[in-house]
Amino acid sequence: MMTLTLSHYLILAAVLFSISIAGIVINRKNIIILLMSIELMLLSVNLNFIAFSHYLDDLAGQVFVFFILTVAAAEAAIGLAILVVLFRNKRSINVEDIKELKW
Amino acid sequence: MLPTGEVTMIEAVIFYFFAISTVISATAVVTVRNPVHAALFLVLTFFTSAVIWMSLEAEFLAIILVLVYVGAVMVLFIFVVMMLDINVARLREGFVRYLPLGLLVAAIMLGLMLSVVTSDVFVLDAGSEPLPKPADYSNTEALGGVLYTDYVFAFEIAAVILLVAIIAAISLTMRKREKTKYQVPSDQIKVRKADRLRIVKMPSEEKR
Amino acid sequence: MVSMEFVYLAIPLASLAGALIAGFFGKQIGRSGAHFVTISGVAVSFILSLLVLHDVAFEGAPIYNQSVYTWMISDGIRFEVGFLIDGLTALMMAVVTGVSLMVHIYTIGYMRDDDGYQRFFSYISLFTFSMLMLVMSNNFLQLFFGWEAVGLVSYLLIGFWFKRETAIYANLKAFLVNRVGDFGFLLGIAVLLMFTGSLDYYEVFARADTMVAATMQVIPGLDWSVITLACILLFIGAMGKSAQVPLHVWLPDSMEGPTPISALIHAATMVTAGIFMVARMSPLFELSTTALSVVIVIGATTAFFMGLVGIVQNDIKRVVAYSTLSQLGYMTVALGASAYSAAIFHLMTHAFFKALLFLAAGSVIIAMHHEQDIRKMGGLKKYMPITYWVSLIGSLALIGFPGSAGYFSKDAILIATKNADVWGAGYAYMAVLLGVFVTAFYSFRMFFLVFHGEERMDEHTRAHLHETPAVVTVPLILLAIPSAIIGWLTIETVLFSDFFDRAIIVFEEHGAMAAVAEAFQGPANFVLHGLAPGPTWLAALGVIGAWYIYLKNPQLSNRIKSKVEWLYRLLDNKYYFDRFNETVFAATARGVGQVLWRLGDALMIDGLIVNGSARLVGWFSGVVRHVQTGYLNHYAFAMISGLILLLGWVVLG
Repeated sequence: MMTLTLSHYLILAAVLFSISIAGIVINRKNIIILLMSIELMLLSVNLNFIAFSHYLDDLAGQVFVFFILTVAAAEAAIGLAILVVLFRNKRSINVEDIKELKW
Repeated sequence: MLPTGEVTMIEAVIFYFFAISTVISATAVVTVRNPVHAALFLVLTFFTSAVIWMSLEAEFLAIILVLVYVGAVMVLFIFVVMMLDINVARLREGFVRYLPLGLLVAAIMLGLMLSVVTSDVFVLDAGSEPLPKPADYSNTEALGGVLYTDYVFAFEIAAVILLVAIIAAISLTMRKREKTKYQVPSDQIKVRKADRLRIVKMPSEEKR
Repeated sequence: MVSMEFVYLAIPLASLAGALIAGFFGKQIGRSGAHFVTISGVAVSFILSLLVLHDVAFEGAPIYNQSVYTWMISDGIRFEVGFLIDGLTALMMAVVTGVSLMVHIYTIGYMRDDDGYQRFFSYISLFTFSMLMLVMSNNFLQLFFGWEAVGLVSYLLIGFWFKRETAIYANLKAFLVNRVGDFGFLLGIAVLLMFTGSLDYYEVFARADTMVAATMQVIPGLDWSVITLACILLFIGAMGKSAQVPLHVWLPDSMEGPTPISALIHAATMVTAGIFMVARMSPLFELSTTALSVVIVIGATTAFFMGLVGIVQNDIKRVVAYSTLSQLGYMTVALGASAYSAAIFHLMTHAFFKALLFLAAGSVIIAMHHEQDIRKMGGLKKYMPITYWVSLIGSLALIGFPGSAGYFSKDAILIATKNADVWGAGYAYMAVLLGVFVTAFYSFRMFFLVFHGEERMDEHTRAHLHETPAVVTVPLILLAIPSAIIGWLTIETVLFSDFFDRAIIVFEEHGAMAAVAEAFQGPANFVLHGLAPGPTWLAALGVIGAWYIYLKNPQLSNRIKSKVEWLYRLLDNKYYFDRFNETVFAATARGVGQVLWRLGDALMIDGLIVNGSARLVGWFSGVVRHVQTGYLNHYAFAMISGLILLLGWVVLG
């Protein structure tokens, strides 16, 4: 008989997180993929919350996920809006073209 | 009734199937060439995760993930990707060069996290394996019950954050079009005869 | 009858009110308003002071010793404002307010054309207030407040014409020299506070006996009697304020201030604060014969040698200033001889005749269009009769002409010194005796040069010479009257009655005053006694000498001058005190300041600490700046690295 324990879910979340980190490192030029990687990260974190919530039988974890989803949605909306403005001004979404952080 | 603390075969199969497809699609997200494809793979990842959340009895959040994330956020992503004229080839530069580094970092991260997860800290004793919820249990209702009582202030702040996000997104992207013609009702109302009409006196011309 | 406490409060506060109104609202109330409010204030103080004096002297009012306000209590020590009203205080109050009132009135004439008219009145009223607080105090804190306050006003007034460079240097000098004295004074108060735990006069006096046996080591390995140390430190304060050698150097320079100020502050009242203070502390000084010896030797040195310098001065005010120094020396000698009441008596008579002399000098200066060099005067007698006669009265009082005010007080001092038995009294007696001759000589040298002989001023000045207006001459006459008669009237009360009982304490074994009392058989006899060979003859010799050298045979002075060139040079340079201070103290201080500025300020603080830290931050930022590339992915990577490090630290650590 196979058993599913908390660790299973946590390992899955860890793998997802690592993939998203690899994604950030590999796709260092494409802002859209970077944003998507961040969404993936948030997903893995959410998975952690839900797994703990389930195994500890505590709804607080799910409430947190709810708020994270809200904030992530807001972040995605604003991030994409910035992206659009950026593209409009620079005709590019290459990270290397965005170096105004250092004047 | 399912026995307590036991996991049926079918549940394990479901978990492993969707877990593996989540990992594969997530890997695809960060590796595929075309951003549109990446976005679509992200959608797939959300879907499969939603199933896993469902199996963790977080039905409401699973649905929300699909509705809000896939239905709104990801569609937004795809819109943006398609709207922008992106030079994919240039964006892919250095992909191979950074691949080893990316894998190394990811491996270290994974190793560290696995060492945490598999250590004794997170192994809950078997007795704490939660009982399956009764048939009439509603996850949505339970979550709502907490959300509107204990977390009501946080909930309202979240609402404000969303409002701010809406305003920010609109104000960032809105463009003034200079050629647009529109009416200014107040100006129209305030206008007086003297502003518009000029009466010119001139003698009538004589008939020749 | 209003309660006496109210009267005592009203006396200083009336002056203060005048000073504040004239100071802050001078523009609004105008010139006449300013002198009206200040003179009314001082007049109120004067009348009330006379009332108090009457009560104390004739009604036998009990000693009033009470606090009116407690400022704070710290560690059991009470900081209070309080009044101690006894014979000594009452006399000082009357003298201070009386002279001050005369000077106020006189100022109307003297400062008529000055831009700082209101400011001047505000200052002198403020001075009156400060001096009253000083003399009326019943504790050391208030004494010190008054001490510093009169010092401040003196500073302000010496530099009254602040556009004159010499005035600025003079007031700075006065301030610095007084700091030296005040430092000693403060240390003295600290010693008393340490050993008695109180600032109140009577409490300190009551516990003074305990300090006689106590010793302390100021320099390791050398035991000092506490009472001697405390008294000498207090006396250093008195040396600064009352301009005793070697802290006298500021007083001649203070003549840069307007003449009314020289009369009020630098002759009649403020400089006598030291004398007053030592007299007030007589219960302490009596306990230490060592301190009394120091006092008498320093006083005698000042009395004789500063008088000598007066002979070679040519500035009319400076002659009077050196005479003031010399007379202060007389008072100090009297203090050292335990003849405190004689010192206070001389203080009182001196206040009148010296204020008179200064104001007369001021009158001459007005008439001469602010010319102060006596070599350019002469023959003023026929132009300024009133000034001439009051000057004559003042000079006679100064030299101790039998019957004049100065005669009684100075002779009392001479007799007391002769009978004093502390170490150094013999030297002191010689000094004061010779001083009588010197005093007479320089006083009448100035008198003859100014009022007699040929007229050496230029034509323009001569054409405008005339007697000064009534606001100037009336105070002169009012001061001339006490200068002439006050000694005769009051000697019995002040010196030989119980007027100073409890205020001044003299031990049995210090019999100087007792000897004077023995010799005294009524003022008339005292005058007759003066006609016998003694000091009076010396004074007469001085007058005759001055007459012979400066009137009869004017060339003689130059011949003497060239004969004793070295002596003249020594006197003209005032024994090189100024040169010594400049080359030793000032130069050392400047050198230390230079080193501290270079090393401490420029190198340490500016170079290392301020600019150094700024440079360090700048350098470090320059290094760290390279981390900031501006590329988004670098930041992302940095975050990830941080995350990994943190996680690794938690997991593996």
